This record gives sequence, structure tokens and C-alpha cells, in this order.
Amino acid sequence: MKQMEYLFLFLEQNCVIANNMGEEVKLYKTWSTPFGLRVVWALKLKGIDYESIDEDLSNKSDLLLHYNPVYKKVPVLVHNGNPISESTVILEYIDDTWKQNPILSQDPVERARQRFWAKFNEEKLLPTIWAIFTTEGKDLEEAMAAWVENLKFVEEELKGKKLFGGEKMGLADLVFGWLANLIGIFEEVSGLKIVDERYPLLLTWMQVFSELPVIKETWPPHDKMITKYRALYEKYHPAK
Amino acid sequence: MKAVLGTMGDEVKVFGFWASPFSRRVELALRFKGVPYEYIEEDILGNKSPLLLHYNPVHKKIPVFLHNGKPIAESLVILEYIDDTWKSNPILPHDPYDRAMARFWANFIDDKCFPAFMKAVMGPENEREKAVEEAGDCLKTLESALNGKRFFGGDAIGMVDIAANFIGFWVRIIQEIAGVELLSADKLPALFKWTDEFVSCSVVKESLPPQDKISAAFKARIDQAQTNTRP
Repeated sequence: MKQMEYLFLFLEQNCVIANNMGEEVKLYKTWSTPFGLRVVWALKLKGIDYESIDEDLSNKSDLLLHYNPVYKKVPVLVHNGNPISESTVILEYIDDTWKQNPILSQDPVERARQRFWAKFNEEKLLPTIWAIFTTEGKDLEEAMAAWVENLKFVEEELKGKKLFGGEKMGLADLVFGWLANLIGIFEEVSGLKIVDERYPLLLTWMQVFSELPVIKETWPPHDKMITKYRALYEKYHPAK
Repeated sequence: MKAVLGTMGDEVKVFGFWASPFSRRVELALRFKGVPYEYIEEDILGNKSPLLLHYNPVHKKIPVFLHNGKPIAESLVILEYIDDTWKSNPILPHDPYDRAMARFWANFIDDKCFPAFMKAVMGPENEREKAVEEAGDCLKTLESALNGKRFFGGDAIGMVDIAANFIGFWVRIIQEIAGVELLSADKLPALFKWTDEFVSCSVVKESLPPQDKISAAFKARIDQAQTNTRP
């Protein structure tokens, strides 16, 4: 009996024991999408075994179009044949379905707070960073001004917290996670300084987040990302 | 509804604007669950109150929901909070997959339907036809979520019905004033029928603004927008 206990303890601590034996989980994403990466982190956090399918967005598979007819986008999570689209919807689904290592606490105020900031990222930060990346001149100036306004609020929110979720990573961290990787890449490719020393808490968060066991070493290959985003940047800023 | 304190000593307040579907969503959810609240009207076109700006410094918008002094902003976030806090008459289903579907459609309404609709009725004239087509496509997609049910929530209203409130009430009024036909019985029979079902719920009826006032308000707004976009 003691040997079995020891064996289980060893396995628990040293291997990923899938918490979804007998259930089929598939994730449709691409090699680079930050939206898909959020879902990877959530599944990893909860020890869920899944099959990963990387799509070529210039040639979307019939299955992807079948599973997400409304948006035709990645990521899509398919659980026992049932598809779920939209990354934040997927994250909440994962949290509702597998109860270990919650990404949202049970406290309604806390849940609302993290949902609010997740929305803020989607509706404010993402469009603004896209504008920064793709525009120049006066449009870029305006985008930068909006970005500074947005970051002020984010910095304020981090006061007194290790992570957006508090002591542990939560929904808001997963949603903001792209910052910890893509800001560096965008800065390298554009030559712009996008998150500077005015935001010490955010800069610290980016480091702390990247070092978390679930997040560590999950970023897409750096060189491949530079190549991809350099090409995209040049598309929007053709050399004169 | 002027009750200031409900049972259990809860203090519940809603900062809203009489014509806004977004603050009406919050009121509808509270009424549906029988939660007493105090309503505070904000003059969003003129002068937002210091209190509103204090409670929602990030967006400076209504609705703001206040529960025992704690503010929450963003109507869909508020709806989830209300469902998390008051367990009677749930607005989200119990099953995780059904919950995911409800969240998906509520987000679709805000991310796609609402902007498409606003563009169709208030956008520039030269883009009107395309905007109307896109709005029609959005509504057709949303209609598929009904799937033969009486409400998006099934036998009773749920979060998606509440989120779709502007389609249930505002769209039919506004499209007539704007002179576009987006939602009609022959184009979108199931969705059209749903709008009738929706507004005939007593709890919905209680939480809607007067039709003539909405007509007048939007007529003024559309006239203004058309003046601004004339070449």
C-alpha cells in the first residue's frame, strides 16, 4: 500500500497526470497566435491533456470553418466534439469545466474585477497597439497618446499586487499575457519604445509573469516571431 | 423603483441613462431576480456627475453598478456579477457548454451586432447600403442562436436575451425613423417573433423606456449625425 502511495506521489509531482482521462480535448490555433497561447496556458495550469492543431490561416481547414462558422478564427477548443470559440469564452469554459487551479476566484467582486480588465485589454489595449504598429505620423501620435492613457490605468491596477489575479495568476493575467512577449518583439521591429520606465509595475509584472512555471518557455520561437512581425511592419511602413 | 435598501441590508444602486439599452440591461436583470435597487439618472449628454467619474474613472460611462459601495462597470461584466451574487432566477445556464454559448452570443451582440446596427442607421450615406447588409447578416447569424426556442435562454429570458434588449425594443423603433428595414417578419421571422415575446414579458415591459420618447431622442440624434456626415 505504501509503495502505491509513494508511486502516486512521485507521478503527481513529476509528471503531468492528465485530469481529463477519457475526455477528448482539441485546440485549433496557430504557432504564433497570442489568443491561442492563452488557452494553452489555461489547459497547462489545470493539467489537461489535449491535441494541438496548428492552422494555416491562409488556407483554413474545413474543420475549423465547421467549428467556428461565425468568426472563422482561431483559437477554437473542441471538448468531446463540442466547439467553443473566442478565447475569453474558452478560458471561462475551461474554468467552469475543470475545477482545479481556478483562474477566477469564487468571490463575485474579484470575478468582476478580472473580467473588467480582460475586457479592457480586448477593447482598449489591443486596438491601440495595432494602431501603434500600423500607423505613422499624426495617427501614430494619437495612438501613442491613447496607449499612454491606457497604460496609466493598467499600472494603477497593479498597485499592491504581484499579479493581476493577486497572489496567483488569474484570468486577467492570461489575457494581458501577450504583453510579456509581444511588446519586446514590437519594440525590436519598429524601433519604438512602447512600455518604458514610466510603468515600473507593468515591467515587473511582465518579468514575473514570464517566469511562472506555466508560462515559462511557452513563447513561440523568437527568431520566427521577429521575421513574421518584421514582414508585417514593413507591409504597413513601406520603405520610401 | 425607489427602494434604497433591500433585504439583508444590501445597498444596490444603478447609475444609468434613461434611453440607454446598456443601463436598462442591468435594471432588467435586477428586476428579473427581484433585487431592489436605487436608480440614479446621469446626464450623459450634458454633465456627468463627479460620483460617476469617481466610480468609473477608466471609461467614465454608464452603467455603473454599486453593491454595498463597490462599483462595477461594463454591462456584461455587471450581468455576470448579478448572476454570481443573487442566485434566484439564474440568467446563465448551469451547464458549462451552455454557459459558453451564452457568453459567446452576448459578446457577439456587443462586438458585432451593435456596431453594425449603429453604422447602418447613423453611418455615412455612401456606406449605408453596405452597412445595412452587414447589419442584416449579423442579425441573421444571431437568429440562428434561437434554434426554435422561445427565448435565447430557453423557456425564460437569460443573459443573451437581456444583452439583445436593444434588438428586442430599440431596433424596431429606430429602423423606422432611420428609414432602413433590418428586422422584419419576412426577413428574420424567428428573431422578429422573439422581439414580440421579449417585450411582452412583464419584467421586460417594466424596464423599458417610453417608446415615443425613444423615437424623439433618436430622431434628433440621427438628424444630427446626418447633418455631420453630409458632404
